[in-house]
Order: sequence, then structure tokens, then C-alpha cells
Amino acid sequence: MSTTETTYVIPEKRVITTKPRFSDKVFRGVVTGGGLSSLIILGLIFGFLLYQGFDIIKSQGFDFITTSSWDIAYDEAGNVISSEFGLSAMLIGTILCSFIAVLIAVPVSVATALYLTFYAPHWIKKSMVTIIDLMAAFPSILFGIWAYFILMPSGVYWAKLINHYLGFIPAFANKDRYFEGSPFIASLILAIMIIPIITSISREIFSQAPLDRIQAAYALGATRWAMIKAVVIPHGRNGVIGGAMLGLGRAMGETVAVYTVLNLVFAINWKILFGVGGNVASLILTKFGEASAYEIKGLMAAGLVLFILTLIVNFASDQLVRRFGGKGK
Amino acid sequence: MTTNKIYESIQPTRPWQASMKDRLTTGFILIFSLFMATLLVKITGLSGKLGFFVSFVFIFVALTSGREYRRFGSASAKDALVNTVVAAGTFLTLIPIASIIFEVFSKGYKGIYPGLFTHDMSLNSPNDPANVGGLGHAIIGTLILVAIALVISVPVGILTALYLTEIKGKLSQPIRFLVQAMSGVPSIVAGLFILSAILYPITKQNSAVLGSLSLAILMIPTVARTSEEVLNLIPSDLREAGVALGGTQWRTVAMIVVPAAKSGLLTAVILGVARIAGETAPILLLAGGGDRFNLDPFNGPMGSLPYFIWNSFKSGTPESIARAWTGLLVLLMILLFLFSTARFLGNRKVGK
Repeated sequence: MSTTETTYVIPEKRVITTKPRFSDKVFRGVVTGGGLSSLIILGLIFGFLLYQGFDIIKSQGFDFITTSSWDIAYDEAGNVISSEFGLSAMLIGTILCSFIAVLIAVPVSVATALYLTFYAPHWIKKSMVTIIDLMAAFPSILFGIWAYFILMPSGVYWAKLINHYLGFIPAFANKDRYFEGSPFIASLILAIMIIPIITSISREIFSQAPLDRIQAAYALGATRWAMIKAVVIPHGRNGVIGGAMLGLGRAMGETVAVYTVLNLVFAINWKILFGVGGNVASLILTKFGEASAYEIKGLMAAGLVLFILTLIVNFASDQLVRRFGGKGK
Repeated sequence: MTTNKIYESIQPTRPWQASMKDRLTTGFILIFSLFMATLLVKITGLSGKLGFFVSFVFIFVALTSGREYRRFGSASAKDALVNTVVAAGTFLTLIPIASIIFEVFSKGYKGIYPGLFTHDMSLNSPNDPANVGGLGHAIIGTLILVAIALVISVPVGILTALYLTEIKGKLSQPIRFLVQAMSGVPSIVAGLFILSAILYPITKQNSAVLGSLSLAILMIPTVARTSEEVLNLIPSDLREAGVALGGTQWRTVAMIVVPAAKSGLLTAVILGVARIAGETAPILLLAGGGDRFNLDPFNGPMGSLPYFIWNSFKSGTPESIARAWTGLLVLLMILLFLFSTARFLGNRKVGK
């Protein structure tokens, strides 16, 4: 007789825990590491540019951004005797050009965004959005060469018109009649390049305008424009300003497109139609080819200034879009 | 039966839609303004396309607003005015892109011939006509540059996006800002950074890898932001279902979330490639350029499409400028291809 004895093994109680397992710990670690990469890269950019450009910034002090000369004297053995680095003309040129570009681009972009959000039939809207996204992806060399050959002649003609009728305003004066390569033309191409950016941000913000208020406005008998004035513009104003700041940041960092059209001169010029301008990024590209090791350090310092400038503009833009982007009045 | 007839006789009306008469009037005003603008340009001192456009817009605005004012009063007239203004703004946005595409095609197509894609420029001078030599070396160079940049930036970009959507830690907000700030880093600054960090202290010579590193810096934010948008579209039901089945977070993300977002992530990568394919400034600083095939990314300068275009443009002879336009046409075709692929993938439903 054999009876099979069955033994019951009572399993241990399962412990319910929220403690992440090993694999999850690894996963979270790796992903967090990846997430921190942007911080690391931005920090490295700042660190290395500062490290390389430190000598110049130390020796020039504040003169680096307040004077405008770029001279290095060498002795026969190629050693540096004296040097002067000053970015003010370039900085003023950069800020002037990008500012005018934003002034030109914002009305056009806002009009386009309003048309696409509230006026356009569906099929126009769909294809226009694709085209504008495509334009945002065009490389700057395409804009640059197009601007040099196609935009420049028209731009010069428009500049002459403005000068002819509005020449009494100091900013539009141009006694030397030299119109090629002016900040005005650089601003035009920058404006064309940032229109897609500002348009898509404005469009996004306009399309978030509260639907109930839009319908309320229509129900009260408002025309489309009255509705836009009462609902959409108060809702989207700050977001559009943020988008404009983002475009400003892009315009400041643009290199190749400005290089092809702008006549780079080390002199501060406020007359926007006169063919003398400055631009930090173009300066770096121009001087880089034949620069000595010492001059390269000056260019690194210039790059650092440009980096900080765009970082500040981007920060302001981010704050504006985030704080006011999704809210109405 | 009679009741039925009453039903049928009631037709839905759409008072908000433009009637046939309205459309005809609008069409007439359009043609009339075009005619008047042409007349003005012919007769008076106004000249050129600018004069035509401005006078056309003014006449059109005056006529449509006048009609609306007579019919419905001043509010409606203002509405008509704004309608024309925003449409004109959209037209202004379209002019440059239409002009760019037209000019690139009309100036670039002459240089296209079969040998263009197999030859390099090592035996040619800038004065040679456009049907000698080619940009094979430049296309290969751009492919290598983009491929290396892809290998570096795709993992980093997608990990950043995963951190923002899956972990949502304390650092989410700052990292989102940093990614935004990184997308605003001027391309020349990215080039200078690699120059100061690697080229001067370590390698001391141009090479494709350095160019790719700077391109990766520019590509990471695009990939990260687009991927974040895509991953946010994945319904959280899927994540909850994964965890409820006993999966760890790692397995849920790797086996459910990422596969569901596959085509969207691919779109993100393609948009990133489109962002860097034509990038010129850092390439000029780091990868240098050359006229011959160079397949070694670690040694020596490597040609690329942007460098080819830039160099041809700077040479300044009519032949080399024609070559630059041809290079731009090839670059534009690559971009159009990438972009339409991204559109095609993006239009498919996420999660399929």
C-alpha cells in the first residue's frame, strides 16, 4: 500500500511594494542621463569658449564690447606686438539687423497666422501649413545665395525708393548713394527666414483661443474682425511677442545668409540704407580663414558674446510664451 | 402623403454662405481691381511689381469695403478690410518661397547630367563648364556627415524626450527650457565649440567626425522636441495597461510606448536630418572641404554639398556660379524628399 502523500507548500506572501526594480533603476538612470545632456552640452559650450577666449576678454575688459576696432600688429617673427579687439560695431549691427527683421516679419506673420486660423478654407490651410513648415527647414545657404542674386537688386531698388521719399528721416538718410550690402537688405533676408517661425508659433497660439468666447462673440453678432479683436488678440498678444523674441534669437545667430549680403565694416552705422554693416556671426566666418592662433582666441570670445546674447533672448522668449501662452485675459 | 410633401418643400437654407450673386460680384471686383492696377502702372509714375501689388491691394480694399459698408455698415466694412489685409500678408509670405523654388529650378537644371553624381571636382577648375566634373564626392560626404551625426544625436534626443514624457521628474521644466535654448544656439557657435574643444587641442586637422559632432549639437533639440510631441500623443491607457500586466516601467516603455510611437519618432529623426543637411557654417570650420572623394571620416577634410555650393559661389566665375545653383537644386531635392517622407509618415495615425 502506498499512499502518495501530497504536501502543500504554502507560498510566501507576496510583498506589494512601489520600490522600483533593478531594471527600472537602470532605465531611469540612463534616461535621466540622456535628459541632462542638453545641460551638459550647453555648459561645455560656455566653458570651452570662455576658456579659449579668456585671455582676450581679460586683456580687453569692457572695451571688448564698447569699442569698435579689430587690429593686430605682428613683428617680423610673427609675434603679437599689440592688439585691439572691439565688438561694438558688430554687436550693434547684429542687434539692429535682427530688430528690423523682426519689425518686418511680425506684421506679415501675424496676418498669415490670422488668415490661416480664421479665414482660409480648409484645403488652403492644409497646403499652406506644409509650405511654411518646408520653408522653415530651408538651409541658410539657400536663402543666402538667393538673397545675393535675386533679392539684392530688388532690395536696392526698394531702398532707393524709401530714401527718395523718406530720406529726411536720419535713419533713412544715405548721402553716399551706396545701397548695396546695407543692413536693410540683411534685415529683409532675415525677416524672410524668421517669418515661418513666428507664423507657426502665432498660429499655434491663435488656435488655442477659447472656443466658448469665440462662439459667444459670434452669437452677439460680432463680425470676424470684431471677434478677433475682442477674443484672439488679447489671448494671443504675449505669445506672439514670445514668438517674435524667438525669431529675434534666430536672426541674431544667422551666419551664412547675412554673410553673403552684408558689407562688413568695422564702423558703427545707424543708417540702415547705407551699405555698411556689422554682424558677429559673419565676422567669425570672415576672419576665420586667415586668422592666426591669437586672433582665433578673439573670435572665440566673440562667439561667447553671441552665445550669451542668444541665450538671454531665448530665455526671455521662453518665459513669455510659457507665462502667457496658453491663457486668455 | 400630403404631410410628406410639406416636409420635402422645406429646404435647408444657409444664410451664412455667399450666394451666387455675391461670388460674381467679388469676382468682378477682383478683375476690375487687377485691370485698374494695370492701368495705373501703365499710365502713372507707379512702376514695377511693387507698384502693381500696392495699387491692386488699395483698389481692392476700397471696393470691397465700400460694398460691405453700403450693405451692412461700418463693422462689416472693417471686416472686409482686415480680410484683404491678412490675405495680402499670406501672399507676401508665399512670394519668397515661390521665388526661391522657381529660381533654383530654372537656374540649376542645366547642370544636371548623369556624370554629375559619379564624378568629383579634382580634375576641374572653376572655369570649366557645368557639364564637366560633378558633385559625387559632395553627396557621399554629406551622407557620411549626416550618418555620424544621426548615430550620436538620435539616442540622446530620444532619451531626452523620454525623460520629459515618461519620467517627468523635477528637472522636466528646466530641461525643456534647455532644449529650447539649445535649438537657439547659432550654428557657428556650435562649430566654434568643437573647434575649441577638440580640433585645436587634440586632432589639429579637419575631419568629418568633428563636423558631425557640431551637426549633432544642432540636431539633438529638433529630435528631442518632435519626439516629445509624438510621445505625448501616445494615450496613457497604453502605459497603464502595460504596468497593470505586471510590466516594469522599462518594459512598458521599450515594448509598448516606443513601438507605438515608431513612425512618429522616425518623423522626428527625418526632420532632424532636414535641419542639418544644408548646414554650412560649422562644416566650413570643421570638416573643411575638398575636391576629391574622401571616405575616411577621421582623417582629412571631406567635401559636402554645402561646402561644394559655398566654394562654387565664392569662386565667382559664371560657370562655378551655375554649378552652385545645380548644387542647390540637388540639396533642395534631397530636402523635398526628406520632407515629404516625414509628412507621409506623420499623416499616418500614431499607434498603428
